[in-house]
Amino acid sequence: MADKRPLNDVMITGEQNYRSIDDAIGSLVIDPKRHKYPWYVMATLGFLGANVLAATVTWLVYQGIGIWGNNWPTMWSFDIVNFVWWIGIGHAGTLISAILLLMRQPWRNSINRFAEAMTIFAVMCAGMYPLLHTGRPWVAAYWLLPLPNIMGVWPQFRSPLMWDVFAVSTYFTISLLFWFMGLIPDFATIRDKSTGRVRKVVYGMLAMGWRGSNRHWHRYEQAYLLLAGLSTPLVLSVHSIVSFDFAAGIVAGWNITVYPPYFVAGAVFAGFAMVILFAIPLRRWYGLSDLITLRHLDWMAKITLATGLIVGYGYMCEAFYAWYSANPFDYHMSVYRRYTGGYAWAYWSLILCNVVIPQLFWIPKARRTESTLLIVAVVVNIGMWLERFVIIPMALLDSYVPSASQPYYPTFWDFAMFAGTVGFFTMMMFLFIRFLPVINIFEVKDLLYKILGGKAPPLPAEIPAGAGE
Amino acid sequence: MAQIFKPSANTIAQVSLLGGAIVPLSVGLGIAALSRSPANTKVGVPLNQPVPFSHEHHVGQLGIDCRYCHTSVEKSAFAGFPPTETCMSCHSQIWTNSPLLEPVRKSYETGTPIRWTKVNKVPEFVFFNHSIHVNRGINCNTCHGAVNDMNITWKGNSFQMAWCLQCHRAPERYLHENEADTAAGLTPRQQVFNLYWKFQQDGVKHLDAHEQDLISGEDPVSFDKDEIAKGRKLVNKYGVKTQQLADCWICHR
Repeated sequence: MADKRPLNDVMITGEQNYRSIDDAIGSLVIDPKRHKYPWYVMATLGFLGANVLAATVTWLVYQGIGIWGNNWPTMWSFDIVNFVWWIGIGHAGTLISAILLLMRQPWRNSINRFAEAMTIFAVMCAGMYPLLHTGRPWVAAYWLLPLPNIMGVWPQFRSPLMWDVFAVSTYFTISLLFWFMGLIPDFATIRDKSTGRVRKVVYGMLAMGWRGSNRHWHRYEQAYLLLAGLSTPLVLSVHSIVSFDFAAGIVAGWNITVYPPYFVAGAVFAGFAMVILFAIPLRRWYGLSDLITLRHLDWMAKITLATGLIVGYGYMCEAFYAWYSANPFDYHMSVYRRYTGGYAWAYWSLILCNVVIPQLFWIPKARRTESTLLIVAVVVNIGMWLERFVIIPMALLDSYVPSASQPYYPTFWDFAMFAGTVGFFTMMMFLFIRFLPVINIFEVKDLLYKILGGKAPPLPAEIPAGAGE
Repeated sequence: MAQIFKPSANTIAQVSLLGGAIVPLSVGLGIAALSRSPANTKVGVPLNQPVPFSHEHHVGQLGIDCRYCHTSVEKSAFAGFPPTETCMSCHSQIWTNSPLLEPVRKSYETGTPIRWTKVNKVPEFVFFNHSIHVNRGINCNTCHGAVNDMNITWKGNSFQMAWCLQCHRAPERYLHENEADTAAGLTPRQQVFNLYWKFQQDGVKHLDAHEQDLISGEDPVSFDKDEIAKGRKLVNKYGVKTQQLADCWICHR
């Protein structure tokens, strides 16, 4: 090709035109042959995990939450740990889709779709935990939501737990709408490209009559921007409110003002790690490395590094508060539960995972090597899980009444449910790859157009010049 | 290739969007309405009894005191159901051959209590106590409706928790004393039953507004500022601890 330089821009590599982009992404939906054995392996594993989840939840509902290790004084444990962890995983999707859109960062275009899907599935996983934590999910509606009822009882509006319900449900609704809105033009592309009748009808319905007229695009852009504006504060507010669940409490070690920013940074940290974790197999297994380039991975690694440093600052603050507040309970909790004592291994592994190992990302080569990226991403996700574990049961089991302090042991079902949600998440992600366009087709085309300096890319060779497309 | 969708698909899409909003809302409102309707609460629905006992006749017309049958209402949690002997104290003398009273006579002969159908009940996890309510001057009719008008007894109020809480959250709206009765030295408890005597003697016209509400089965709530101020005085006088009256443990122990 004559015009090689702009095509080799880091955000889209290779010789691309509109059709090649349609084919690279759309055919994942249309052509089952694009899915090789990794898809089957992952989807099966995910399906098995989802079954573990179903079995666990059935047993839980039948038997009650006594099957978990939660016991006084550690009333919040794996259920809340996993809730916070999953909510955090979702944050990268919203950050990528909303904040990066408003900041006009074009590199978001090829990762926003699956990051948003991750948000939605992660919030689904997260939502299960508090619901099942209530023990009776079938009556949780009026415990969680202010529904007028014949008992005349209302949730406690002064409690952050109540705000949490609003925060998470708003977050889920906006994320879902945002995701669906962005999918509409791509649904239309798939509708037009597919040949089978069923696909045409299903994607036709999902496309909601999209014809790509000027008016459609105008309204689409307006609505999309509006939703971006709505979800931008959510990136910060949701996890801030989740952190209030702890920060507004009187438990030693929770009552710290650094919690909201510390939680938000932690969420973005874990979320980007998860996006990296998913992006690498995706580009590898589906030959999408021209669209998800090393440049993308590099930038994501930088954000992970930056948020990781903020999280590290949070750990320093915790230690500082424990000393500076002169609160003997805080001090005791920090020193004898976190830094020394039976669970110190959890704290020090979290420091290793979240603070020490991500420093690898200072090295440019590490940010651009898939294997290091994968390892660090896994490590960060483990680290962020440990962080919540250290924050929640560790602080609770150190009660104000010394005789009440008891060790906490998770049970088999605690682990089973966590593994189950991981399986459910995996299954949903791989179903998503199979049935929905995993990268935003039209935004990548738009990006290509912009990269080419406002010129349409050359037509594919098999179409004679002048035929137009 | 033919079009996938007919023009009617547009209408279907629009209707389903609208329906998606309206249907869940209507279902929710429907459930809410049904749970509050007599179909669920049985308010105003006379229940079948083994003997067609009429409160209207015994209370409204003959003027028998509530406590004649419901003997423990002032002293215990349970108001008490009359044993057959209570019925027979009169009915061994009058209406001795009435076929309607056959089950009563049979019960008396065999010593087997009559199985009345319970009209007013609260769930077992609710610890309701009649005596505390009567002793603070809460009239029978406040909760049970115009029993003096009931031929076959029905439930006067829903007994749903929200209904209980109307008073428990603002007892000053319900507490009331008849000043003349107080001047005559009657305690709040005595005023509860005195109401029926006054009603028997002078009819409904000589009762004060609150008492007229009670006798006619209206909700005796007052939203009038002066009435509420008076109610608040009574709250203090009777030592009703409003700050804990709506706590869970007050009724659920």
